[in-house]
Amino acid sequence: MIVPRELAEHGQSEAARAFIEMLGISKRFGGVRALSNVDFTIRPAEIHCLAGENGCGKSTLIKILAGVYAPDDGKIILDQQAHSHLSPAASQRAGIQIIYQDLSLFPNLSVAENIAFRHHVETPVRLVRWREIVRQAREVMSRLGVDLPLEEVVGRLPIATRQLVAICRALAAEARLVVMDEPTASLTHHEIDALLETVHGLKTHGIATVFVSHKLEEVMRIAERVTVLRDGNKVGTYPAREINRYRLTELMTGQKFESSLHSTFSSEVAPILEIHGLTRRGHYEEVDLSLRPGEILGITGRLGSGRTELALSLFGMNPPDAGEIRISGKPVLLRTNRVAIRHGIGYVSEDRLSLGLVMPQSIADNIVVSVLRKLTGALGLIDSGRRRKTVSRWIDELHVKTRAPDRPVQELSGGNQQRVVLAKWLATDPRILILDSPTVGVDVGAKVGIYQIVDALAARGIAIIFITDEVEEVLHQTHRILVMLSGRITATFDPAKVTEQELREAISA
Amino acid sequence: MPKYLSAALRRHDIQIGIIIAVMATFFSTLSPGFLTLGNLMDLLENYSVMAIMATGLLVVLISGGIDISFEAIAAVSQFLVATILVRFGGNWLSAFALAGLFGGLLGVVNALLIYYLGAISVIVTISTMTFYFSILMFVTQGRSIYDLPNWFTSNISFLSIPFPVMVAAIALLLTLFLLSQLPIGRQIYGLGGNPEAAKRMGCNIVGLQCFAYGYSGFMAAIAGIVQAHRVEEVVPYALIGRELDVLAAVVLGGASLSGGIGTVSGTVLGILLLAVLQNGLTLLGVSSYSFGLVTGLVILVSVTATAYAAKRQRMRSVRHAI
Repeated sequence: MIVPRELAEHGQSEAARAFIEMLGISKRFGGVRALSNVDFTIRPAEIHCLAGENGCGKSTLIKILAGVYAPDDGKIILDQQAHSHLSPAASQRAGIQIIYQDLSLFPNLSVAENIAFRHHVETPVRLVRWREIVRQAREVMSRLGVDLPLEEVVGRLPIATRQLVAICRALAAEARLVVMDEPTASLTHHEIDALLETVHGLKTHGIATVFVSHKLEEVMRIAERVTVLRDGNKVGTYPAREINRYRLTELMTGQKFESSLHSTFSSEVAPILEIHGLTRRGHYEEVDLSLRPGEILGITGRLGSGRTELALSLFGMNPPDAGEIRISGKPVLLRTNRVAIRHGIGYVSEDRLSLGLVMPQSIADNIVVSVLRKLTGALGLIDSGRRRKTVSRWIDELHVKTRAPDRPVQELSGGNQQRVVLAKWLATDPRILILDSPTVGVDVGAKVGIYQIVDALAARGIAIIFITDEVEEVLHQTHRILVMLSGRITATFDPAKVTEQELREAISA
Repeated sequence: MPKYLSAALRRHDIQIGIIIAVMATFFSTLSPGFLTLGNLMDLLENYSVMAIMATGLLVVLISGGIDISFEAIAAVSQFLVATILVRFGGNWLSAFALAGLFGGLLGVVNALLIYYLGAISVIVTISTMTFYFSILMFVTQGRSIYDLPNWFTSNISFLSIPFPVMVAAIALLLTLFLLSQLPIGRQIYGLGGNPEAAKRMGCNIVGLQCFAYGYSGFMAAIAGIVQAHRVEEVVPYALIGRELDVLAAVVLGGASLSGGIGTVSGTVLGILLLAVLQNGLTLLGVSSYSFGLVTGLVILVSVTATAYAAKRQRMRSVRHAI
């Protein structure tokens, strides 16, 4: 968009340069204060990141901008006009387009029709002008510099392409501001690069972008300015080049981010897991490793380096072609995951470690949910005595502070909830726990919680394989690091003796 | 196999077409009476009532809902229209107009209940089916209307195409036009594909639902009139109990029970398939009690196939992620 001339000319001050200003915005939901006195300004054609942990008020602020919610207090200045609130229609008329995380596309309709769906709604009483729809879709695509299959049904496209369709649709609606809510949550690294490129393209067309994200790496790569929210308050707005990731983490969480690894292990103890020459053609080759009780072994490498395939083999879900797996010195054949579980191997994928609680259910139910089979009595019914014993054992051992184990988990404080997660995994009595990317898509505060859980599990003598992409994570949260590259283990590091830079080079060698 | 051929073979409508052709060949070799013009025209006429109802149900399925009450709506409208015609007289225009009005209104009642109660459409329409039908039985005490006007029951045909077939053809063409050329039709596809997105795009959800269920009621009532014309009487319980046949035909034709997907051409093929199968079995002397078996199986297989395809899709994306 073009900056109104009278604004651009005397444009020294912040207010004059703004395109949208939200001033003193407050919002309550019942007794919960979602936002209090938050200022948020967006300049024309800027890339602005709105950062903060889950529940900090990001979504509420965006929904006020979209006209979904009316603020209790404050005003929104749009094109020099002050509004106490916006309606969804007024927000869209002003050129504000929100791309929600679910993208809100029609999976059953073609790319072209998705891009130009607005036609159907705006002119409901006339024949569908298919030519006009295709023309507009083409025009928007060429403006964005992308080439999408116009006739293809959106549901058959990969997520990254669907995102482009959503961006095209925003452009077709004459957007001046595109707000993207967690746009990278389900993208690969490569796709994220392409998306960031596209966002830069929007900027050259004079369109502002607000990125709502809690993924710091992206925030730092793309944003010009960063606004941080915490617990409904604005922490501040910063030029992106003046802050780094650690500073941003501090701003978002309000606490210093450092290694939380306290557990140690004894290298005297015999390894619980040993692998020799393990190979699965096309997946990984000649893998040797050993793991001792209480050790946290980090495995890192790019997506497709074979790390997940290896982990699945250890869990009996991807049988190797050659090589040997020994558990406590005895060779084993892990043909199915049931066999693996019997050998005391647990596998936790992605966010299961953090989201492993069923909030409305009781503490007791959450603790025993994964071991119900072990608690069944003669008729396959749950033996309530054994259930009670298991529950009280873990509540005592881990000092879960609660009045009664029958209360819902959601009543507990965050720390106590973490202890319940811990109890849940300990109850399964694993000897080896494989954590595959446990912090993907998790916000910073919750990450710290996960690290504490992993550390506590290791302190209890459980051997842990921690698979992750994130260099800082593997550096600070493990005892030993293996780097995988194209199916082979190419390097082993002691986290205390390697720099972040060396590790990055090893991964991308 | 050439690429275009294998692509064509993956298309649902082509598959159904091939199955119909194979079955028709099979039945005509076993029973010489099958492939005669007389039998085929009978077949079309017999299934025209089902085809008219199927158009309405198709629209509701695409919108992401389901309508079980349409046969009951047809029965109620049939009775109301017949009563009015017997008492006050009328012509075909007034018969269709009245039927469309009653059917449309009853359909809109469904939509409003679904929207404002926020209940699942299958539960609401099963309830209204029972409700509409019970009122009808209560009022009529199960008595039929035989003294329909002469103009109503006499045979009409154009270029030797029977009247019911003509009405069915018009209903199908109208639905085709609605779904492919009118913005409201495209909005209905959108609503079925992603209701949340439709809301965010500013679609009038309750309006679209009223239209879809109203259209279903409208078509059901038209079908009811055509059926009364064919059998020359109005029997309150004649139509009830055949909902699943129509549903089976539409689902066979590729309409998804989870919304957003379905075509008129597919629906035609679905009805043809069911028609050929049932007619062929009759000619072979197989008991008509087996039809229920066939329709039940069809619904089961289509639902399973949809679920299986979705599962395979998920598995593929999992493998992709690894």
